[in-house]
Amino acid sequence: MAIEVRVPTILREFTGGEKEVTAEGITLQGVIDNLDANYPGIGGRLIDDSGLRRFVNVYLNDEDVRFLDGLNTAVADADAITILPAVAGG
Amino acid sequence: MLRISQELVDQIVRHARADHPDEACGVIAGPVGSDLPERFIPMVNAARSPTFYEFDSGDLFRLYRDMNDRDEEPVVIYHSHTATQAFPSRTDISLAQEPGAHYVLVSTRETGADDGPYEFRSFRIVNGEVTEEPIEIADLQNFGS
Repeated sequence: MAIEVRVPTILREFTGGEKEVTAEGITLQGVIDNLDANYPGIGGRLIDDSGLRRFVNVYLNDEDVRFLDGLNTAVADADAITILPAVAGG
Repeated sequence: MLRISQELVDQIVRHARADHPDEACGVIAGPVGSDLPERFIPMVNAARSPTFYEFDSGDLFRLYRDMNDRDEEPVVIYHSHTATQAFPSRTDISLAQEPGAHYVLVSTRETGADDGPYEFRSFRIVNGEVTEEPIEIADLQNFGS
């Protein structure tokens, strides 16, 4: 079950500079756990005590997972997860 | 240093005035690694607020997909302040997540939507540190030819 994960510039410090990595899992939570096992620390940049971090956007293929099932969103072989930090400010 | 054409400066200011009193926001994309702002991309402020801006998540996805398809990156990320100075706020600093971008701030506090004086400044924001940088207005069409 190979999931393609697209990593934004600011998180490539965890992946040795790689902008695309593969991960395994059947839910988004599982994929993030798998990513964190291989790239320690990346999980903490995606998840906090309340779940998915407010200003990090995660997409399953082209849909924001907040409109799907959040961390429980099911993922399948050959799906693509894209991580994009929000562009925001005040 | 930010090198940018006068036309792009004018487009940013026009956008800021058009959205006043809400904050305006957008990106200028350029070829990866070039540090040249080329393609003006005004974005919708999904927050529609005079004190906060955020790109809609779907718009953000399409923006980055398009830039990726064109081998571009966000060279400039701009937004406006409508009642305060053109300097990154604490929120701006804590949410800046593109370390390679030039963060441009415009302030429309003096004249709002009308012609007249405005503030236009550029900054690098890396690891929570803000550094103002000079702006060189240059016609970049002929740069490198």
